[in-house]
Order: sequence, then C-alpha cells, then structure tokens
Amino acid sequence: MTALSGLRVVELANERIAFAGKLMADMGADLILVEPPGGDPSRDYPPFLDNKPGPDRSLYWWHYHTSKRAMVLDLEDPDGAKTFRKLIATTDVLIEAEPRDRLANFQLDYANLSEIKPDLIHIAVTTHGRNDPRSDLPATDLTIMATSGPPWSCGYDDHSLPPIRGPLQGYQTASHFAYMSALTALLHRGVSGDGQFIDVSMTAASNVSTEAATYSWLVAQKTVQRQTGRHASVSPSGETQQLCADGRYANTGVPPRFPHEYKALHEWLKSLGLEDRLPEAVFLEMGAEWEGPFDLSLIGQDDAITAIFGAGRAALQLIASSVSAQDFFLGCQGVGLAVGPVNSPEEAFEDEHFKARGFHVQVDHDEIERTITYPGAPYRFEKTPWSIYRRAPTLNEHNDEVLAELDP
Amino acid sequence: MSEALSSFRICDFTGQLAGAGATKWLASFGAEVIRIEDPVREGRWDILRGTPPFIDDRRGIDLGGAFNNHNTDKLGITLNLRDEKAKEILAELVRVSDVVTENFAKGVLEKWGFDYSQLKAIKPDIVYVSNCGFGHVGPYSDFRTWGPIVQAISGLTFSSGLPGLEPAGWGYSFMDHTGAYYMAMAIMLALLHRQKTGEGQWVDLACSESALSLHGPALLDWTINANPMRREGSPHSNRNQWPPMAPHGIYPALGDDEWVAIACRNESDWDSLCSVVQRPWLKNKTFATLKDRLTNQNELDQHLGGWTRNQTKHEVETALQDVRIPVAAVLTPEERIDRDPATGSFGLWPSVHHREMGEVRVDGQPVHFSKTDWEMTHGAPCLSEHTMDVLTRVLGYSEDEVTQLASEGVV
Repeated sequence: MTALSGLRVVELANERIAFAGKLMADMGADLILVEPPGGDPSRDYPPFLDNKPGPDRSLYWWHYHTSKRAMVLDLEDPDGAKTFRKLIATTDVLIEAEPRDRLANFQLDYANLSEIKPDLIHIAVTTHGRNDPRSDLPATDLTIMATSGPPWSCGYDDHSLPPIRGPLQGYQTASHFAYMSALTALLHRGVSGDGQFIDVSMTAASNVSTEAATYSWLVAQKTVQRQTGRHASVSPSGETQQLCADGRYANTGVPPRFPHEYKALHEWLKSLGLEDRLPEAVFLEMGAEWEGPFDLSLIGQDDAITAIFGAGRAALQLIASSVSAQDFFLGCQGVGLAVGPVNSPEEAFEDEHFKARGFHVQVDHDEIERTITYPGAPYRFEKTPWSIYRRAPTLNEHNDEVLAELDP
Repeated sequence: MSEALSSFRICDFTGQLAGAGATKWLASFGAEVIRIEDPVREGRWDILRGTPPFIDDRRGIDLGGAFNNHNTDKLGITLNLRDEKAKEILAELVRVSDVVTENFAKGVLEKWGFDYSQLKAIKPDIVYVSNCGFGHVGPYSDFRTWGPIVQAISGLTFSSGLPGLEPAGWGYSFMDHTGAYYMAMAIMLALLHRQKTGEGQWVDLACSESALSLHGPALLDWTINANPMRREGSPHSNRNQWPPMAPHGIYPALGDDEWVAIACRNESDWDSLCSVVQRPWLKNKTFATLKDRLTNQNELDQHLGGWTRNQTKHEVETALQDVRIPVAAVLTPEERIDRDPATGSFGLWPSVHHREMGEVRVDGQPVHFSKTDWEMTHGAPCLSEHTMDVLTRVLGYSEDEVTQLASEGVV
C-alpha cells in the first residue's frame, strides 16, 4: 500500500511541472504523462548518459520522470482529444501548465472535463495566475525568479556583481505548491466527494518563499540588501561563511545564545590552544555564566549581550581558520552548535549520513542493461515509503497499455 | 473559513519557519492548528517570537513580525511540560487530534514522555511528523541545524554562485520555507493514507535530505558520468545548463543596483534580440550559432550588459517583451509587493488582525481553489492567547479549573 495508490494523475508534459508529477508518482500515484507528437522537448536536455547525446539518454528526463508511464496524444486532433476525454474519465488529478486558453480551444478545459469527471481535481500552473494576461508571455526559471524576489536577496556584498538565482528554484517551488494543492484537494474530496479547479501562480510561489525580504517590507517597510553567503538583511550582518584550513567553506549559522554553548565553545577553544589568540575570550566566560533569558532583540542596545554575542562569533571564526571544514563541522556539532560544511552536491551525496539513511537508490534500466544510482526520498514514511517504481518512460512506451486499460 | 481541511486537528509543537510554515498552510485551509508553547520560557524556543521586524519598532515576545507571518490562524496555548498535570492535558489533546507535529531536535518529545510509541498508545491512528535538519535516524541525527546549515551541508549553498568566488548561497532560509513545504506534504500524504485505511504512521523528515533531493539531474550526472559540480568554472548559476541557453543571465540596468534578467531559449529568440538591440557586435562570427554563443558567453555578456546598462530595467523589459523574449526586471521587495499588479490582484498579501500588532499584511498562498480557497484573517497567537478557549471548548475543562491550572503554573 502506498500513500497515493489507487489515484490516477494525468500530467500534460511540461518542464515547469515535471517535478510535481515526479513527487506524486514516487509516492505511488498512477501517473500518466501525456506528450505531444514527437515528445516533450526536455527529452533532449543535457546532461546525457555517458556524456553522449541521443534518444533516451537525457539524464534530465530520467530524473524528472521516474515512476511515470507515458503516452503520446495530439490534443489538437479530434481522435486525440477523444482519447484524452476517455482518459480523464478515469483520472483523479490533472496537472498542466498550458497557455491559458489552449485547453478551452479544444473543449478540454475544466468546464468540459468536469462534466466527464465531476470530482476531477484540475491544477493549472501558469506564470502569474489564470487572470493575468502576462501569464502567456514567454518566461523561464530565471525570469520567473527575477520578478518574484529570490535574486534580489541572493549574491555578494559587492553590488557591482549581479544578483544570483539559486538554480531550478522557480520551477521546483511552483511544483511544490502544485503538489501541496493536489494533496489538500484530495483530502477535501475524501470528505466531501467534490473536485475543483486550482490556479497556481509560479511567480506568486517564489514571492511567498523569500523569508525576511518580504516581511521586512510588509511589516516595517524596510528593504533587505544581499550579502555574501548569508541572509540578505536590512542592516549589514557579520560574516557567517568561513574559509577553513582545507580551502573549503563552512557556515557558522547562528552564534551561541545559551550559557552551556558559551561554556563548551570556550573549552573547545582552550583545547585547541587558541584562547590566547582571542582577546574577547573573557566574554565567552560571561556568556557561560549568564542568568535568565539571553534576549537577542537587545543586541546593539545592551552592551553585555552585544559583547558576548560578538565574542561567540569571533571564537568560531578563529577556530574555522585552524581546522578543515569537516572537522570544524564535527567539532562545532560536538559542542552543540549548528554549523555545516559548504558541500558541493556530490560531496553531500557521498556523505555517510545520507548513505546511512538510504538516500542512494538503485534503479533498473532494462533498456541499457544497467542499474543506476539515483537520489532518494525527500521524506521517510514508516508505512507508505517513497519509491522509484520504474525508470523514466521512453517515448510512447505505455501507449498500448493505457489504451487497453481504457477499452478493456 | 476554508472547508478543505476543516475536519482535521493538529497538535502542533512546530516553530521557526521550517515547522511553522507547514502548519500555516494547513491552518489557511481550515485545519484547527493548536500550537503548544512553554510558559516558563515564554515560548522563546521559537526565536522569531521576539525578533524583528517590528511594527513601529515596538519590541516584545508577542510582537515579532516573522512569527506573526508564519503562524496565522493558529491557536496558541501554553503547557509547562515539566509538570505532570500538563502532561495529562497534552495526552488529552493528543487523544482528540489527528496529527502531532514538531521540529525540535531529536529526543525532545521522548524526554517529555511523548515519543511515537507513546503517542500511538494514546491515539492508535495518530499521524506523527517530525522535522529536523538531519532527521531522527542516521549518524548526524543528534546534530543541530538551522536553514542556512541545511543549505550548506546539502549542496544548495554551493550550487548558487559565480565562478572563482565563494558561494553566494541563497540569501535567505530557502530550506526553511521548502522544508515546511515537505512537512506539509508529509502530513497530508499520511492523512490521505489514514483516510483510506484508518492507519496512522510516523514520518521522519530531514530537511537536509529534502534539500539533497532538489539538485535536479546534477546527482545523476555525478553517479553516471562522474561529473562533479565542484570544478573549474562551476557553478555559474545565472547561466542555464539544462538546456543550455545564451545569452542567459542577469544584466545591469540604468540606476543604482538595478538589474534585468534575459534568457534566449533558441535561434528565434536570438534573432528577435538582434532585431531590438541592433549593434554591430551581434554580427560577430563568435556569436553566429548557439554553440558559438555558449563558447563565448563571457564576451557576449559584456556586450549585452553594455546595451542594457544605458536603459532602465523596465525599458529593457518592455522592449524585449514586445518581441517575446523571456525577460524580467529584478524587482525589489517594494516593487514586487506594492507595485507589481500581478501579486496585488492575486491577493497575495492578505491583511490579518493580530491582538497586539493590529492589522498586518502577511505572505498569502500562491494558489486559488475554486471551491475551498484558503483564507487568512487572524495573526499569530499571543503567548497563551487561546489556553482558556482550547481547554474549555476542546478538552471540556471549566473556566475555574483553567484559572486554577494557570495559578499553579501548569498552563
């Protein structure tokens, strides 16, 4: 039994929502990917198997379409549209990212489809929402993010360098909300029997996912400014990204704020023989003996709290410059401080913690007679585990199979 | 109130953003979310309760702007779980709840006598979702994290930056937002399973693991091709690898810290760009094909930046929109919140009423449901604001009993 078993999801192939489909398929939904004749363009995106382009070699496709079945339907052709209607009659959730009027042009919009399947949940993902004509202008992950806030907060202290986008976030954040919407509507349908239409805006999704940039403006009409490797902030904040002795960086996060943390940090500093190099060490002792709440909102107002907080930060900087990023991480965690090494994705993937949690997943690729290691589950369910049920489908691979199910 | 999730009650220990953001979604769709805080420490475990931004610079444990943003439409009660009577009240609450949620470090609920096996003994079909940086299982499960740490260890921080410079990171706790989304998914997936089968379960959510699953095909490029992201010239995250596009980047515009994003997806976009820009360099042999433009992208960016920097970002946006090239001005918070008609007409910044802060705008949800749309009306609960309401209405205590419990320091 899987969390989404027995549910059929139809995804109209589009790179913007491929991740939402994967998330549902890997939790056990029967996901049928409907592609136009010739297939979805992202079948040809790099990177490629063994670095060689060619049909069914796109690792982009492989990643985003696990656990799905695929068929080709030409919705512009009456026969294709007829088959699509039949398919919808068996479907619980439809997810699409088409231009706003396209499905209506073929009488395949929600008004028509909900007559075929009254409890259908239809999720439409557009750039700015269904009511904004600008949703039909061309946009990419980069331009969606630029207009929605993330890059404003991301980059370097040197503002002659451009703002930076965290890659893939525009599409993936919208996919998260499409998926959450599907689950919410399914729970409601389970109680009420009702389906409904859901309008997901990609730019709105990133707009509400930018933390302090948004609420600093909403609450106090203040504007955050981007800073190297740390949170964009209304007032400049101290560096948190430290170059370690091995040339890699570590993030020192939030400095100590509890007496036991100051005590442990002070002892670690002493054990490394570094206390003499930190004139502020006396404030670590003060922090260790602090009584009552350590009110961070008084930083900059209360001299003692400001000095203690600053000493914690300085001690971490000094230690980081003396050990490797991994040792700094392990040492800090040993004294209870939230610190992490700045891993590359492949370094993270090879870390023992994720391996031990089973993040390396083997997937059988019968078509090339190989077994491939895939990234694993985003969450661990006790009874209905996430799973990759099958490799990504080849073009039209399940056409006959699905048609046979529709006309038994 | 939305009816989408109105049949569910959440016994909610979450805080910060990584947890509170999850139950905010549920509350906005009508779930009854009862947030439990520690009266002795005045709920300070959630660091956002008393930190900026503040309205009119008024400071205090009930006045944190971020806390208000992440906890709309939740009920807030206090329980001093050092006290046995408080533990009995918690057990009564679990008995009438569908879900228990928390994002403490591993072991906190266990210490209070409410680990998963004990929760199940109280309520056999309970859904329990724990959320912490490294999860409850694995070698680092006792370690501490915050959003930026999760982003660092999972490879996200590294993936965002320019070649030859230190990582730019993401500029905010992207994984606190996104961890909250995964937590909301986990809660709802488990509830769907329970709706079908009557069976509860535990979900062990590790934000760093959710984060590691967000690298797209980069990890397959590693496991299959041994291509690492840590290599010369990488990452260059304003560029596009999948598929490759050129030009593709964020370019300077007229004014101080003004920028515009441009993406040419194909030859047709390139031809359209040429028709607007009309500069001699466009004819350079080095830019003749996509392959040439990718090879000479630094030079191309210099030229295109030279064109954009003499116009405002909105002039560039209009000019390129007219020929249907993907383009967008990099908007400031003020611009995207108060001047972008798209966010306003979507109703993205609803105003909620907070008992002490008054009317405050907050992050809405980026979706609209035709039948059971989300609503946000109340701000975050002040400390213990709903203790009387919840203990009397939900658990059947009398007002006198609650007053007595308060005087004993139980609630």
